[in-house]
Amino acid sequence: MKNILTLAEKELKLYFISPIAYVLAMVFLMVSDYLFHSQVFFYSTLSSQAMRAQGNAPQINLHEILFRPTFLNMSIILLLIMPLLTMRLFAEEKKGRTTELLMTSPLTITEIVLGKFLAAWFIYALLLALTLHLPVMLSHVTYVAWKPLVASYLGLLLMGGVFLSMGLFASSLTENQIVAAVISFGILIGFWLIGLTAQTAADSSVGEVFNYLSLIDHLDNFVKGMINTRDLTYFLSLTILGLFLTHRVVESQRWK
Amino acid sequence: MIEVMHLGKRYGEVLAIDDVSFTVAKGEILAFLGPNGAGKTTTMRILTCFMPATNGTAKVAGFDIFEAPMEVKRRIGYLPENPPVYPEMTVSEYLQFVAKIKGVPHPKIRAALASALEKCNLGDVSRRLIGNLSRGYRQRVGLAQAMIHNPDVLILDEPTVGLDPKQIIEIRELIKGLGGEHTIVLSTHILPEATAVCQKVVIINQGRIVAVDSQDRLSAQVRKSEKISVRVRRGEAVEPEKLLSIEGVQQILPQPAVDGEGVFIVEAELGRDVREALSKRVVESGWGLLEMKPLAISLEDVFLQLTTEEKGVEEAAAAPAPAEGVTA
Ligand SMILES: Nc1ncnc2c1ncn2[C@@H]1O[C@H](COP(=O)(O)OP(=O)(O)O)[C@@H](O)[C@H]1O
Ligand SMILES: [Mg+2]
Repeated sequence: MKNILTLAEKELKLYFISPIAYVLAMVFLMVSDYLFHSQVFFYSTLSSQAMRAQGNAPQINLHEILFRPTFLNMSIILLLIMPLLTMRLFAEEKKGRTTELLMTSPLTITEIVLGKFLAAWFIYALLLALTLHLPVMLSHVTYVAWKPLVASYLGLLLMGGVFLSMGLFASSLTENQIVAAVISFGILIGFWLIGLTAQTAADSSVGEVFNYLSLIDHLDNFVKGMINTRDLTYFLSLTILGLFLTHRVVESQRWK
Repeated sequence: MIEVMHLGKRYGEVLAIDDVSFTVAKGEILAFLGPNGAGKTTTMRILTCFMPATNGTAKVAGFDIFEAPMEVKRRIGYLPENPPVYPEMTVSEYLQFVAKIKGVPHPKIRAALASALEKCNLGDVSRRLIGNLSRGYRQRVGLAQAMIHNPDVLILDEPTVGLDPKQIIEIRELIKGLGGEHTIVLSTHILPEATAVCQKVVIINQGRIVAVDSQDRLSAQVRKSEKISVRVRRGEAVEPEKLLSIEGVQQILPQPAVDGEGVFIVEAELGRDVREALSKRVVESGWGLLEMKPLAISLEDVFLQLTTEEKGVEEAAAAPAPAEGVTA
């Protein structure tokens, strides 16, 4: 455990030194704000129209109309930026020949993989935390339902775990960061396409399977405020799968 | 301290090392000498448990590299061909990180850092980014990294490659100073380096150990001629004079043979290929050529592939070098 923390600390240090985390944070923050405010704008038009028609504001679930679309759109943005967060992790060690340092130190491959993963997850959690100002801001003007928000952030954290473990796996395959990023885009877009297919093939049995595999559907359950074991198991097992594959690749590279 | 037993490594079809065995006593500095591609890096990577061997095994400080890799790793400091540094980190940050992953207990890290910085003369640059250091300083950071946890064994892969003469001398002095306290295996393709720094030399060529010796006896080896072994069907018909008349051939040495065959070694002038003329003459004479092969690569041939002179370094060593400032 101590080794994992040492390795994670080193990765965090490198994250904070390089500009990429800051740039990503800024882009992510701007896009999330934009997504949220466009929902607010949409909602206020809607409600003023409703008011004009009926003379009073209809009862609308704010979480449903403001946060749910924001979070779902955010997941697409995350799909685009997360590979940039993980591409460096193994590729750069290989390119800089520092793998030899790690692999000849008394560390296990599991510790190395987990150290990197935890560091990336921590950075991701910070990214998400940046968007907390949206509900906080809203809570000053109106009532905010915190419970589904907590579930939503939990869902986003868990989905991020999947993105990161897939990105880590991609990074272990190559010593070129760009190639690593492209591979993880490929994997993540694959999951996204599965979601799309699930919608079009909704009532066949293939649709059922695809539905289960679709990331967005599972995230949507969290975003709706439901936390159930089915979705938890889904995210956690995909994350573990990614980490396991990474472990295998790193181990197999010793034999080359 | 180190016991290498019949180590072999295959990369797909390529046999990188074959049946490599040697031992290193405690406190000894051993040179692993061989031309490029001889298998030095491969052997060192196996010893440091970076990659597994295909055959054989080795023991470091009594621990088997397969059975107790963690114990071996704790006792080895390794400087790979390229110093494994993070250019974005400062020297101190980096060395502290290495100390932690090598298992130096927390309260001892400061002392370990201070001692490594001092031994490798890095005090002045401890707060600089490694990426901004010169090649020579980076190599010293690599050395500091290898000894930060005060390991029993240091494994250094071509520690002076790519350095300028002044830096080479500094690094060699540093390594010499570390002997005694640490057991050191140092690989090199430079003959004078092996003789200058080490007490014992293991020579490796094409993946095989060709000699193990103390450094002074090695210098006695001199290469004199090309040798070709020839085997013919009718040994009794052989007339050595017919071969001696070929230009370049100096001597014919008959060898024991069976079944009436004839085997002899043809010695020719160094650097002259007489095989074509030789085969023609044997065939024309009707002795029944069965086989002709250059003799297995000897120590002398290995020496030809080694770097045996170091102009700049010898000159720089002769002149008293001024203390190096921070030129990074
Ligand atoms: N990863 C690899 N894959 C295939 N062949 C390799 C690999 N590494 C080294 N070799 C081959 O193994 C032999 C020994 O290489 P190496 O140990 O690097 O020699 P040295 O360090 O003495 O120059 C060479 O012929 C080299 O081409
Ligand atoms: Mg080498």
